[in-house]
Amino acid sequence: MRRFSELIQQLEMSNKTNDKIAALVDYFTEADDLDKPYVIAMFTGKKPRRPVATALIKQWAIELSGIPEWLFAESYHSVGDLSETIALVLPPANHKTNRKLHEWIQDLADLQGKDDDYKKQFIESAWNSLETQERFIFNKLISGNFRIGVSNKMLVNALAKQSDTESSKVMHSIMGKWQPWEISYADLLAGAHVNTDNSWPYPFCLAYALEAEPASLGPVTDWQAEWKWDGIRGQIVKRNGELFIWSRGEELVTDQFPELHFLLDELPDGTVLDGEILSVKDGQVQAFSILQQRLNRKTINKSQLNDAPIGFYTYDLLEYEGRDLRTDDLNLRRQLLEKTIGRLKTTNIVILSPVVSFDTWDELAEIRQGARDINSEGIMLKKLDSFYHSGRKRGDWWKWKINPYTVDTVMIYAQKGSGRRANFFTDYTFAVRDGDKLITIAKAYSGLTDKEIKEVNAFVVKNAIEKFGPVRTVKPELVFEIAFEGIAESKRHKAGLALRFPRIARWRKDKKADEINTLDDLRQLLQSTLS
Amino acid sequence: MALIQFTNKGIYCKQGNFYIDPWRPVELAVTTHGHADHVKWGNKAYLCHDLTKPILNQRLGEDLHIETLPYGKEININGVKVSLFPAGHVIGSAQIRLEYKGEICVVSGDYKTENDGISTDFEPVKCHTFVSESTFGLPIYKWQPQVAIFDQIRDWVSGNHDRNKTSVLVAYSLGKAQRLIKGLAGYDDLYVHNSIANLNDRFIQAGVDLPNTIRITADTTKDDLQKGIVIVPPALAEGRWIKNLHNAATGVCSGWMQVRASRRWRSADAGFALSDHADWPGLLSAIKATEAEKVFVTHGYTATFSKYLNEIGIESEEVKTQYGNEEEEENAELHADTEHKTQEGTA
Repeated sequence: MRRFSELIQQLEMSNKTNDKIAALVDYFTEADDLDKPYVIAMFTGKKPRRPVATALIKQWAIELSGIPEWLFAESYHSVGDLSETIALVLPPANHKTNRKLHEWIQDLADLQGKDDDYKKQFIESAWNSLETQERFIFNKLISGNFRIGVSNKMLVNALAKQSDTESSKVMHSIMGKWQPWEISYADLLAGAHVNTDNSWPYPFCLAYALEAEPASLGPVTDWQAEWKWDGIRGQIVKRNGELFIWSRGEELVTDQFPELHFLLDELPDGTVLDGEILSVKDGQVQAFSILQQRLNRKTINKSQLNDAPIGFYTYDLLEYEGRDLRTDDLNLRRQLLEKTIGRLKTTNIVILSPVVSFDTWDELAEIRQGARDINSEGIMLKKLDSFYHSGRKRGDWWKWKINPYTVDTVMIYAQKGSGRRANFFTDYTFAVRDGDKLITIAKAYSGLTDKEIKEVNAFVVKNAIEKFGPVRTVKPELVFEIAFEGIAESKRHKAGLALRFPRIARWRKDKKADEINTLDDLRQLLQSTLS
Repeated sequence: MALIQFTNKGIYCKQGNFYIDPWRPVELAVTTHGHADHVKWGNKAYLCHDLTKPILNQRLGEDLHIETLPYGKEININGVKVSLFPAGHVIGSAQIRLEYKGEICVVSGDYKTENDGISTDFEPVKCHTFVSESTFGLPIYKWQPQVAIFDQIRDWVSGNHDRNKTSVLVAYSLGKAQRLIKGLAGYDDLYVHNSIANLNDRFIQAGVDLPNTIRITADTTKDDLQKGIVIVPPALAEGRWIKNLHNAATGVCSGWMQVRASRRWRSADAGFALSDHADWPGLLSAIKATEAEKVFVTHGYTATFSKYLNEIGIESEEVKTQYGNEEEEENAELHADTEHKTQEGTA
């Protein structure tokens, strides 16, 4: 555990990718072999079931530290992280232990089903044997939430470097189904589990946003253009008589989309499709807000099936007749994809995402302006001779999105952030005008520089009107332009509508609070997306 | 009548007609220590500890009227007995003890209870009324012994040497810097910024036993710095000067580094929770040792800390003061200093 705790400290201390990779390489060289698969599982978001409820952990920590509950709450507010607060307020450890990381994780898993007294005794004795930093790690193991700025890509690069394996192969191996207690580090990296697992998906190829003019990409004849769809990226795997649907979050979502189950009978074994899960009605792609009704539901009722029927717009073929096609060029993959889709008997659910034909970049720019009319987010550009890369790679795939919607709002509430931003007011609530009232429309916290955050923070401190716990009501004075990707009706929000991906685009220091948008402006926008 | 009052100029003793750490100009400023949020320019006269005088001369100017006292010696000001006791915060820092007709009040300024080996060890003083800071008045602040922290700093420096990095420690020029110098002496050559070197010279003149350091000048090479340890005040921590060093790694030494969010906010490469303020157990033990009937809580987590004192049966009240911005004050001072130099340079 000590070695893992050291790793976490190193990862937190540095904001340079190379230093983090070096720290990970060192860790995977020096750490206990049995610990390593658990660390990979943790960093790739494989969460075990939570063995003890947060409320209980908190209650026991308060008891053990002998401070009143309100003082614990104040401390938590200042620290911004529950695991860390608990680690800091507890009295110092009274004995030492050398238990290894995987032993702690297994012990915690064994707590499932035990009674609260047993759990309490275990947790308290663990706290009493760990130093502050290790205690923090232990608390994080209970919650399973490790957010320490290690991306999948960074982890894969470190593992590849440490084991001298190609990174695409490593990414391949750590995806899919495996359990840290069943597999050794060496077998995991070698991909021993992969060949026996039918469900196993390929890492998605991801695109960067196109920032330059498309003309900088060279001759139009080198490129294929497609619509960029606003749905859920999905991969459909058919192998050995089994069908699996993976979402981009590397989550199996097969059961959520019964409309696609006909593929079990119609797709040949050894086929993997890449594309977008969308709501498609009467041949039209519907807005994301409609697809949303179908997401993350355990059961689906009839009206949902009626209102938001699922379609799959496919644009790539990764496996054909059991052969990995990723190192063939896009031209060939597209031909085989068209052939595969052409053989389906059911024709209106899995659809070839059309290729947009164009002769000049200017022409394509004009076509792109029509994206919103068909509920597309813009244009995807893919190089015709490109491979299917693992993850994000600059150069071959670009997304050329249409500009987001924007609305001018005024800030009415501010709240202190958490983590790095725990001591500053960084989370803001924004309102638009509705008659002579202000009505909340979005909450956002990204998009400002550290300098601007400090400036807004100073404003909040000076202009706070009321205090509700951590929230301050502030004088409606600062105007912010909020960018967003979509708009939907919402019964949960007072305004009756909700913005998708709201973020601060600009601080409009040039505007006054009476120049902001109105709720009617947004209602009109909503109507225009639904018709 | 109470021995002290909290006024818009600072803490006032009416019976003695003087102020303690005033933030506006007064006749007589009794001064707890030399940090910029506790002592301002412009008072007619100052009374402070022997070793605070060189600090005031360095920071506020030579032409000041300053009376000094050693710890424990008592003088009489308009019938009020005034004496100084060690606060353990920085060199020369003192708690001010006032006694009038049997009523005793202690104003502690900033203090810490751990003996750092360079500021005289904190001495609890029994009193009726005690004025306490609360900079780290939350139970999340519990310091490790400084021996352990110095071990961590040495490990970090040695790791930096292995990776050809230059170790830059960020510390207040007054207090933290001298503490680091004492704690790291003999381990490596210590290179210090002008603002620290100037104070060190004053201390050495005044007879403080301070280990040798090297002042960073235009002739100091980057290679020299890489081989040693560099100590700079916070104002320089994010500037261009550091970017020009070979592979600088910055380590911030401050109590705030106890919390991960602050470590990341400062975007330092390392944080060491080394503080010149009392931690939570330190505040509580110091306050209990005074046996005071009433505790006034100034700068820090004032509301939280005084609420807690009341709950555990110690009568307490929070007080608004202008203390607690030592970092901002010091930075402002340094920036003014730098601007001044640039102007000279262009003239």
